[in-house]
Amino acid sequence: MREEKIEAKDLSRLNIGVLGIQGAVTEHMQAVASSGARPYFVRNPSVLEGLDGLIIPGGESTTIGRLIRRYGYDQGIFHLAERGRPIWGTCAGMVLLAQEVEHQAPLLGLMDITVRRNAFGRQRESFEAPLDVQALGPEPFNGVFIRAPIILSVGDGVEVLSRFQGQIVAARQGHYLATSFHPELTGDLRFHRLFLQAALETTSKIKAVSSGSTPGHSSSL
Amino acid sequence: MVETGTFRVKKGMAEMQKGGVIMDVTDPEQARIAESAGAVAVMALERVPADIRATGGVARMADPEIIAAIMDAVTIPVMAKCRIGHLAEAQILQALGVDYIDESEVLTPADEQFHIDKHGFTVPFVCGARDLGEALRRIGEGAAMIRTKGEPGTGNVVEAVRHMRMITGQLRQVQHAPEEEMMSLAKEMGAPHGLLREVKKQGRLPVVNFAAGGIATPADAALMMLLGADGVFVGSGIFKSADPQKRAQAIVEATLNYDNPEVLALVSRGLGEAMPGLDISQLPEGEQMQVRGI
Repeated sequence: MREEKIEAKDLSRLNIGVLGIQGAVTEHMQAVASSGARPYFVRNPSVLEGLDGLIIPGGESTTIGRLIRRYGYDQGIFHLAERGRPIWGTCAGMVLLAQEVEHQAPLLGLMDITVRRNAFGRQRESFEAPLDVQALGPEPFNGVFIRAPIILSVGDGVEVLSRFQGQIVAARQGHYLATSFHPELTGDLRFHRLFLQAALETTSKIKAVSSGSTPGHSSSL
Repeated sequence: MVETGTFRVKKGMAEMQKGGVIMDVTDPEQARIAESAGAVAVMALERVPADIRATGGVARMADPEIIAAIMDAVTIPVMAKCRIGHLAEAQILQALGVDYIDESEVLTPADEQFHIDKHGFTVPFVCGARDLGEALRRIGEGAAMIRTKGEPGTGNVVEAVRHMRMITGQLRQVQHAPEEEMMSLAKEMGAPHGLLREVKKQGRLPVVNFAAGGIATPADAALMMLLGADGVFVGSGIFKSADPQKRAQAIVEATLNYDNPEVLALVSRGLGEAMPGLDISQLPEGEQMQVRGI
């Protein structure tokens, strides 16, 4: 009981940005708020600096990819990544994170995955289906796939979190998380909580290091 | 187990377009220009609204050959228009695999009384609206996205502004209305009562609402975003201008930076001639497109 209270208090101190260039930004912000953290609409690259984690939402990856470079968001995102802050890409966000994108140049190229855009076809093929995600417990997660990409292959150190019909649709690598589908459209907050937990761990690690205590104290390391 | 065409998936598709610009194109080359400029989708047409207006006659769904060529040219979503009430054109567009159907007043209506029952389709629909009642009637019929009607092909933003202000004003009115007034309000607005109550609860439209009709400059796009649009459609405004590539990029960047006047000043510079504009009060009554299919 007491532990839960402490956790809620800690979560409420987390500043989680949602890249606000284009796409389903407010849906993610609501989910972050409902999960107990503070959401930020990132419409200025300078906001990136103070974040404990960043969500790159669904939208059009070509549009977002072009504008992050033009307005200098990419450098801020690289800096967040270097400092080990968790970054989660959903759908188009996953395409942006990938080191390899089939038939085109990678955009941010942060995560060791190869993705295929529009892997299930056009909008009429978009669908909902229950997914088995062991990291979230036995209850299936409702996967909302909208002109969704898939992960064709993953590098060493990438953990596959879920497959749909044999294809990889969710994965994580260190502080990176990628999902083909849209948890922010379901009302199920388990993916957001998983992400916030990672942000919380990173933040306390960074605090522990900067306050001079040895990181060895933390059992999660 | 696997469900396609759910309302969540249709509405979600429009949510992914928020903050973006959807551009009218008439061939694969224009579609590629739009995509590289940062459009979130293209609307495949045979003629842009300004030309439809100039040519007169009956405007119909575009030749599937043109739509298919545009679908092959780009990886972003492709939308296409069918006539209001033209069930068969809509079925053809769905069979072609377009990503969104615009049941549009820009084309000559096929049915002056009824719209298509859009619930029966796997592909989502966007429809025009001039006020909240019209928006909720279309949503009641299954539309998963709304846009203002504006007055298409005029390069004059005044009607889009009127429609956006009308909708946001009525949203405020509904939020403040006591429960016992809701049925009368629904009757007055011509809105389905259940949906109107939903709007009251949420404080917003249940689907994404874009601006459309007469947007010709980066400043026009920014204005519509300032008035609360979720994104913008640009019809004739881009490919009827002197330098489409540059104007397309500028409108995309203005839509992102709508509340940053310095960026707006920068992207608005040296774009060349905008499309010629029309004074809507000078249009003969029968030539207004916005009064079609209400």
